[in-house]
Amino acid sequence: MMPKEDQNIYFIRERISRNKLRDHLFAIIGLLATLIGFVLLFTLIIDLLIDGFPRLGWQFFTSYPSRFPEKAGILSAWVGTTLVMIVTAATAVPLGIATGIYLEEYGKKNWLTHLIEINMNNLAGVPSIIYGLLALGLFVYFFRFGESILTGGLTLGLLILPMVVIATRESIRAIPNSIREASYALGATKWQTVKDHIIPYSTGGILTGIIIGLSRAIGETAPIITVGALTFIAFLPTPPITSEFPFLSFRWLSDPFTVMPIQMFNWISRPQHAFHLNAAAAGIVLLFMTLLMNGLAIYLRYRFRRKIKW
Amino acid sequence: MVNISESLKAQVKDLNFYYNDYQALKNIQLPITENRITALIGPSGCGKTTYLRCFNRMHDLYPGNRYEGEIILYPDGLNIIEPKVDPIEVRMRISMVFQKPNPFPKTVFENVAYGLRVRGETRKSLLEEKVENALKQAALWEEVKDRLHDLAFNLSGGQQQRLCIARALATGPEILLFDEPTSALDPTATSKIEELIIQLKKEVTIIIVTHNMQQAARVSDYTAFMYLGEIIEFDKTDKVFTHPSQKLTEDYITGRFG
Repeated sequence: MMPKEDQNIYFIRERISRNKLRDHLFAIIGLLATLIGFVLLFTLIIDLLIDGFPRLGWQFFTSYPSRFPEKAGILSAWVGTTLVMIVTAATAVPLGIATGIYLEEYGKKNWLTHLIEINMNNLAGVPSIIYGLLALGLFVYFFRFGESILTGGLTLGLLILPMVVIATRESIRAIPNSIREASYALGATKWQTVKDHIIPYSTGGILTGIIIGLSRAIGETAPIITVGALTFIAFLPTPPITSEFPFLSFRWLSDPFTVMPIQMFNWISRPQHAFHLNAAAAGIVLLFMTLLMNGLAIYLRYRFRRKIKW
Repeated sequence: MVNISESLKAQVKDLNFYYNDYQALKNIQLPITENRITALIGPSGCGKTTYLRCFNRMHDLYPGNRYEGEIILYPDGLNIIEPKVDPIEVRMRISMVFQKPNPFPKTVFENVAYGLRVRGETRKSLLEEKVENALKQAALWEEVKDRLHDLAFNLSGGQQQRLCIARALATGPEILLFDEPTSALDPTATSKIEELIIQLKKEVTIIIVTHNMQQAARVSDYTAFMYLGEIIEFDKTDKVFTHPSQKLTEDYITGRFG
């Protein structure tokens, strides 16, 4: 637009340069804000690496906790974490996906589903210690599952259930309605549509949600302490695979356990500095596990989205 | 209304349709002639798509929709909008092609085979034969025969729409519904689809909703002009476009509104 005759072009230029100044100003503030977060996180990781890296070795992964810091290891912790995660996934994944599909595709939109939806979103924000208390009452005392891997896994499963449900619903909602109509118009039933279209096309998003949920669960300490994970476990659970028929055993579900963050917590609360180095090393392992899971989530999202463009 | 001597595939009698309290279709009467193309024209919001979607009970997918009246399907005389008639049965006999190409994010082959798979067909040789036939009918075979196992999204827009036509044809429907099938396509792709639709009437009865009056004039045998949920005029296409009997029809086709 041409300036009007009474408007001075110099005035306009001055205005523009003042606007641009604000532009630069914000860019600097934004950069600083970004750097603060990034630098702090980076320092934390470097610090962890300096302390803990020398302890990382074969011995560290294959030893039980010990009174002697240089002999102590995380064997029972990483095995416990792995087994608890298996139970967590086995609980949260089927329940979460089925709930998400039901709410999106089957449930009629009425006040009841609306209420469930609001509850579900709120559940995702409930402090994890509350889940721990619930689990203590429900799984330990009521169902008498004991202070076991089963209890720990179910507790964390409950904790991440809302995350899986929300991820499932969001990726189902991203499927355009025209795809559903195409399927129904060919005479498909609801279940055929869900099984042949809705689930396959939302798999990427659902998997991402599951992994992000699990990577939150893997670092949870509070609810696990509440349900009674031990801090000193010098034995492994019963192996799930046996040499005799039927070759599978579920006795490990009722065994006591510890997990990575609890092992860390135990070491860091001791006075000797050498134990703190162990905690740092365990921290690196836990961090690596989480990063690996997040990396997997990103990869899966990329793999599945590449095929599908709406 | 007009006297039709040809045999009927369907007969619409006193059809009313409601979205909750809103009446979208008012007392519609319309014969659908076998192996002919019936076009529905009218301004946006006149109810032509609503009407088309009664034929395969698409409205049943959403709550608060209600039909009244009859759509009798011949030869068996089934009233397809009767609540006790299963909408899935209706959709197995009457196929639909949508406004925007909506292939599944699957291979070309799996897209066309899906209707057969829904019907429980698993024999590979039979699936292959029927997919090939459907693609040939949809004039797409030559273009995709070497890429049957490519993703359907890699096809052009016009090819995708012909793929959707093949998908709708693969199960041998009695009526094929087209809901503005070319509104998302360029002129070249549009004329290919139009040629195809004219070809297809030898095998299947066709109802087409179109926004484009020239398209209705080019492809259809009968034309119904709809306005505010009612059929204002229905006749042979030539007659509607050259000597409309209603003033409203004339105003619409000469571009005075709509």
